[in-house]
Amino acid sequence: MRHIISVLLENESGALSRVAGLFSARGYNIESLTVAPTDDPSLSRMTIVTSGSDEIVEQITKQLNKLVDVIKLLDMTAHPHIEREMALIKVRVGEAADREEVKRLTDIFRGRIIDVTQQTYVIEITGEGSKLDAFLEAVSPFPVLEVVRSGVMGIARGDVALQL
Amino acid sequence: MSETASSSTAITGAEIFCRSLQAEGVDVVFGYPGGAVLHIYDALYRQDKVSHVLVRHEQGAVHAAEGYAKSSDKPGVALVTSGPGATNAITGIADAYMDSVPLVVFTGQVPTSLIGNDAFQEVDTVGITRPCVKHNFLVKDVKDLATTIKKAFYVATTGRPGPVVVDIPKDVTAASCEFEYPESIHMRSYNPTSGGYTGQIDKAVDLILSAKQPMIYTGGGVILGKGSEALTEFTRKLGYPITNTLMGLGGYPSSDKQFLGMLGMHGTYEANMAMHHADVLIAIGARFDDRVTGNIEKFCPHAKIVHVDVDPSSISKNVKVDVPIVGEVEPVLRALIKALDAANAKPDPEALDAWWKQIREWQSQDCLKYDRDSELIKPQYVVQKFWELTQGEAFVTSDVGQHQMWAAQFYGFDKPNRWINSGGLGTMGVGLPFAMGVQFAHPDATVGCITGEASIQMCIQELSTCYQYQLPIKILNLNNRYLGMVRQWQEFFYQGRYAMSYMDALPDFVKLAEAYGHVGMRIDQPGDVEGAIKEALAQKERLVFLDFITDQSENVYPMIPAGAGQNEMILV
Repeated sequence: MRHIISVLLENESGALSRVAGLFSARGYNIESLTVAPTDDPSLSRMTIVTSGSDEIVEQITKQLNKLVDVIKLLDMTAHPHIEREMALIKVRVGEAADREEVKRLTDIFRGRIIDVTQQTYVIEITGEGSKLDAFLEAVSPFPVLEVVRSGVMGIARGDVALQL
Repeated sequence: MSETASSSTAITGAEIFCRSLQAEGVDVVFGYPGGAVLHIYDALYRQDKVSHVLVRHEQGAVHAAEGYAKSSDKPGVALVTSGPGATNAITGIADAYMDSVPLVVFTGQVPTSLIGNDAFQEVDTVGITRPCVKHNFLVKDVKDLATTIKKAFYVATTGRPGPVVVDIPKDVTAASCEFEYPESIHMRSYNPTSGGYTGQIDKAVDLILSAKQPMIYTGGGVILGKGSEALTEFTRKLGYPITNTLMGLGGYPSSDKQFLGMLGMHGTYEANMAMHHADVLIAIGARFDDRVTGNIEKFCPHAKIVHVDVDPSSISKNVKVDVPIVGEVEPVLRALIKALDAANAKPDPEALDAWWKQIREWQSQDCLKYDRDSELIKPQYVVQKFWELTQGEAFVTSDVGQHQMWAAQFYGFDKPNRWINSGGLGTMGVGLPFAMGVQFAHPDATVGCITGEASIQMCIQELSTCYQYQLPIKILNLNNRYLGMVRQWQEFFYQGRYAMSYMDALPDFVKLAEAYGHVGMRIDQPGDVEGAIKEALAQKERLVFLDFITDQSENVYPMIPAGAGQNEMILV
């Protein structure tokens, strides 16, 4: 089963490689991993999307907790939560009709066009991974030059909070 | 005035290193100098509280530090230079990681300005060691050095112990700052557990007392967690049978009648059969290693399992358990004893009688029997004689292979910390440097290194260290001219195709020992074994290398073949 694990860890050099190394050394799946410092610059917050049986995910959380740089973690999957991913997509839109159609699709998906040239659009779109997949499918008739996806971020709904 | 005062109290990173080690109560460092650690060596030279042992290869330094730590209640400390110094130390670090040995390994590093430049003797030590350390640090500022060393010792010795690497660039050891060693340390990201939850203790006691066919299975965690006394009290109170893992030997007195011997691949028939038929398994400080469980699908099919371990990730990793208790072994055992005393129920005496009767029947198989009338020296006989002649009081190190299993089977350990071997990583070559570390921790004790002609050659250069420091280690070389365990597997599972397992062109070990300044003896008659060991033990000041020419065809029995269950042993 797919799990989203959010991790608070020391914002220190090497902390990321400890987590990445753990996943490769123990053969755990890693679908995506995003990381950035939090409002407290001494802390990083990481969101890991992984999959495995309950036993494996239990081991993943235990092994993550065992890393000395990891302070706390939360398996979002156990709580009502929101997940978001952002994609930046560059599409070739040479013909006026193409520009019209891509603009329309972007509006439908509540994306934004953030860069325009004679030949190209850059589209910013945010949502769950499935929505991004659907949008990519929708624009696939047009020549997609580049896709950048951020990986998933997650946050629990309500009072549940991953904090110190 | 104040300016002069402050500059006069600033000391160099190298001096901070020495003062920090002194503050940690370190009495000996095993190491090898080199360019990146010259400032540190200079500072070590100019103080006399921390002594330094010069090994002959960095691998030996780390293994010696392990031997020191495993046989004492202090962490081991090693010091090596950058680049090859660090890479040579890796095997020892990985060995310590697998067996949870508290170590602090200091590695020199090229100056911070050169890091990442492929400088001379540069290697990414923090990167290379990351998968085989409990934690590691790169110190980039001399102001962080003392605190980092404090953290390193704290992390290495608390919770589930393990090796910690501190990588120190050369310029950091030259720079100066005020020295203040922190008295205590708090790390928000590191909070090892101690006692177990009361609720779990009560659940465990209910299950333990309900058992009809109980079995206690304990591992190295009991030794590391100083839980032997509590374990002995707990086990005797219950009257239940107990087995130890390879790493757990000595955690319970082997001469006790409740002790069924070691379990696992080369464990006793009775221990493995009792595991297989147990209805309640009490696992303490053990990690359900594959060499213990055999085929995991067939492991303890009838048992409800209580598992006590300080490391939550050990619990339900390989085998799903029913009552997990996360905590240090000693306080948890004390809590269990207290709860047992308070409980109204008692173990079912009739069921227990029947269970013991069954176990005695398994024991009557005499699974460790061997031919005592052989005209060749049987390796088991050598170990048994060494045990008798040292009254089971020696510290025994071993290398890896058949001799290791015979040492585990035939040297009866009644006390913890006496049996020093490489269980997890299975590192050939550890025996001699382990013995050096043990002898430094226990200068007056008898230290025996039970080894084989292949393993001993992997760190043979340490004979030179032994001579320099006059370490009177007794080396028992069970010389069968084969990589014995490899040969045994080839005999059993590869139709006797002995690929590369014959040790040709062996050195003359007697002359070799003599060349290093030691006493060498070759023994090829069973009748001479006892006399030779006596003579070696009488040489209290000398290292004696006993080269026993043993039966080449002897195999380690009993054996659970790979993929088989605990009840599917090959017997003699």
